Amino acid sequence: MEELGNIFIRSIFIDNMVFAYFLGMCSYLAVSKTVKTAVGLGAAVIFVLVITVPVNYLLDTYILREGALTWLGAEYAEIDLSFLSFIMFIAVIASMVQLVEMIVERFAPALYSALGIFLPLIAVNCAILGGSLFMQQKNFTTVTESVVYGLGSGIGWFLAILAIASIREKITYSNVPQPLKGLGITFIITGLMAIAFMSFSGIKL
Amino acid sequence: MMAKEKEALFSQKNRRLLIDPLNDDNPITVQVLGICSALAITVQLKPAIVMSIAVVFVLVFGNLIVSLLRNLIPNRIRIIVQLLIVAFLVILVDQILKAYAYDVSKELSVFVGLIITNCIIMGRFEAFALGNGPWKSILDGIGNSVGYGAILIIVAFFRELLGSGKLYGYEILGHKAKTIAESTGLYHYGYENNGFMLLSPMALITVGILIWYQRSKNRKLIED
Repeated sequence: MEELGNIFIRSIFIDNMVFAYFLGMCSYLAVSKTVKTAVGLGAAVIFVLVITVPVNYLLDTYILREGALTWLGAEYAEIDLSFLSFIMFIAVIASMVQLVEMIVERFAPALYSALGIFLPLIAVNCAILGGSLFMQQKNFTTVTESVVYGLGSGIGWFLAILAIASIREKITYSNVPQPLKGLGITFIITGLMAIAFMSFSGIKL
Repeated sequence: MMAKEKEALFSQKNRRLLIDPLNDDNPITVQVLGICSALAITVQLKPAIVMSIAVVFVLVFGNLIVSLLRNLIPNRIRIIVQLLIVAFLVILVDQILKAYAYDVSKELSVFVGLIITNCIIMGRFEAFALGNGPWKSILDGIGNSVGYGAILIIVAFFRELLGSGKLYGYEILGHKAKTIAESTGLYHYGYENNGFMLLSPMALITVGILIWYQRSKNRKLIED
């Protein structure tokens, strides 16, 4: 239980997707003009990460990793399919996004129209694929750990985009130098926020 | 060599495809594509250069394949088809790096895999290769990936020089020993590296300043 708490806090604050690894920056910059759209995309990212990380974890443990195929029989123990992981992960992500889109459209039309264009866009958000690739490096031992990791990373990303969107809404009224307006100042603010988030790395877990 | 015989291959329009992404339409500072990898691997010049070469390879061939297949791909499933094409090329790059440049491949870690979701690749497929012929797509691919690489290398240049006093691993500012008396070059006069440049926030701020500089030189890019 303690272990799960560690993974959760660590993935939200210390290994924050945006501030520590710059993952999902493209949509982070493009969709953070208003708080409303930012919340929509953030929620969608949490949702998809919670689903795809565990699915890819199972895929990695039982099919791709070296020696993962031993459950088929001892003669398969030597097989290492990990070079296929990129293509498998991205296929899982793309199809999961498609699946989630269809389910949400069928059973929660209100949520579907709120998320709008963001759901399909998520397939190419690097935070999602990054979540699965980092999961592969972290050698989790149970599925629950990977679910918690997916949830934590998603919440971390959500917090980041929510914060920058709120700041950008305010900053439209500020007197920023002309050439720095828009993209430039957003980069610099993100940098300052990342410095603030670095202070979390002092936490011993 | 073919290009010189046939003038039309490098007509005014085609040249623009190649040159625009270097400044006016730069993928990173103007189109805001492919930021993730651009920031994470610019601590040193070497991985930045390797990453640029990998992206040039993936984007040029990806653009070529997508534009050849553009009339065959059904519109509804085009994203999955494009992702599979990129994933195929990225696996090639990853295996080659692991075989011939293992240390760099370790350093780039997951970021080679993340070329798949590098928005430049998907962005150019969607915006260009799906609607244009193979030759134009190749030019567009070269232009955009070189524009991306240029920013990567500029950022990595400053971060490595100011952060660790080296360029491409060579100690350009002199050798830093334990005591000032034993050090050579600038370190002999008490110069210190700015270790902060090596941390991730400075990558963001460096790109921010780069954008500021570019827009103050090129005023038509200013947003209001």
